[in-house]
Amino acid sequence: MDSAETVPESQSPLRGGDLVRRHGGVTRLWHWTNALCILVMLMSGLMILNAHPRLYWGHYGSDHDEAWLVLAAMEDTAFPGWMTIPSDYSLADARLWHFAFAWLLVLAFTGYLIWGLVRGHIRRRLHITRAEWSPRHILHDIGEHARLRFPTGAAALDYNVLQKLAYGGVLFVLIPAIILSGLAMAPALDAAWPWLVDLFGGRQSARSIHFIAAMGLVLFFVAHIVMVVLAGPINEVRSMLTGWYRLPRGKEDAA
Amino acid sequence: MILTRRKALQVGAAGAGGLLLSGCDALNDSAPFKDGLANVGRLHELTQRAIIGDSLAREFTEADMSPVFKANGSLRVADPAYRALLTGGFGQWALRVDGLVHRPLALPLTALQAMPQRTQITRHDCVEGWSAIGKWQGPQLGAILSAAGLMPAARYAVFHCADQLEGKPFYESIDLIEAFHPQTILAWRMNDAPLTEPHGAPIRLRVERQLGYKHAKYVMRIELRESLAGLYGGKGGFWEDNRGYQWWAGI
Repeated sequence: MDSAETVPESQSPLRGGDLVRRHGGVTRLWHWTNALCILVMLMSGLMILNAHPRLYWGHYGSDHDEAWLVLAAMEDTAFPGWMTIPSDYSLADARLWHFAFAWLLVLAFTGYLIWGLVRGHIRRRLHITRAEWSPRHILHDIGEHARLRFPTGAAALDYNVLQKLAYGGVLFVLIPAIILSGLAMAPALDAAWPWLVDLFGGRQSARSIHFIAAMGLVLFFVAHIVMVVLAGPINEVRSMLTGWYRLPRGKEDAA
Repeated sequence: MILTRRKALQVGAAGAGGLLLSGCDALNDSAPFKDGLANVGRLHELTQRAIIGDSLAREFTEADMSPVFKANGSLRVADPAYRALLTGGFGQWALRVDGLVHRPLALPLTALQAMPQRTQITRHDCVEGWSAIGKWQGPQLGAILSAAGLMPAARYAVFHCADQLEGKPFYESIDLIEAFHPQTILAWRMNDAPLTEPHGAPIRLRVERQLGYKHAKYVMRIELRESLAGLYGGKGGFWEDNRGYQWWAGI
């Protein structure tokens, strides 16, 4: 199914305006499944956080302990109804949503990660070369982004170093951290796997890291949407729905 | 062209957001959908049951204890009979153990205190998200159930409590695996002092691999049952019946 790398056999080199297969079926399926899971888990997670909108470091933490982040006074609501699932306060219902979609998130993520690693898709798309790691290269890419100058033609098919860092950060840092810290909050699992909660330095630390990773995903989501809109939302969304992507035209492609 | 496209995107995004929210609330109000969510959620119970075996919850040292252990749920019991017992230091009180047992018991506090004791410093995890570490002492529930002699049909231990919430009697239940877990005790002592009323005097269930709402306070009676159906809302506990919390509180 990994047709992402296979460029249609064309008579001439690819140029701006050509329609190419950009994303394979597995990637597209995982992308939308994951998007749904992240959104539902974020919104139900904010409702769960409404139940105790304070965050701590260490093993314990409650009203009388020092919080590093106080999102609202205990009698106030931290996140309004339009941000939460369900919109009216219900910790029990939010937990139902959160824990059901957790299965879908974990299974889809694990499946995608194994597929991507075994098939070499992730290495081909996200491996950052030594040259790309150079500060000069990274600064150059940041500069290009800041000036909203994006690659055109066949060059647009390869992810730049900032994209690789963003997608790699989601795949290898944020999602694993959010899954493991979520599991580390389960008292039954802490009994079975004490190393899990130790990984984070305590249950309240795990809860804090769960929130920080969630905010990292929100940050990614915002940047992702902004980039999609700037890069041409219809072309980008189509490529993630159907797989087909029209290479952006550069000056040299002007008809 | 660009303006209209942007406008269309804005309208589309707002519409999608609104649809999503109202859609989620509609789904949340749909009983079959919520049953579906709960059934997927039951996978946590099945997998956790398979994973945890007879593992012990971590026990901490005195240096790790919370300076203040938060009390929540019922903080005061209105029942006049309970108040009389409290005033009398629970000298006239006895824990009843009945239901599917060969020898129904009535155990005064002194009898519970005379049994072999277990002391444990454990982390208490509230479903709301906070945690507190405290020291608990009391006899193991397993020893009490063995003394009563369980009938083969017994599958659940139900804890009937003195407090009421929203005008309904409080109760909770656990299965026999958790009931016979070595760290499952009936604590009458907390942080080296007799249990206070906000923390569940005279005894509170400690079931250390589960969230706080399973740790029934003011336990007056333990009933052994084959099924949770037919008891109050049938879901095995006050919070389960009245708020929709899961009976399995390992997550």
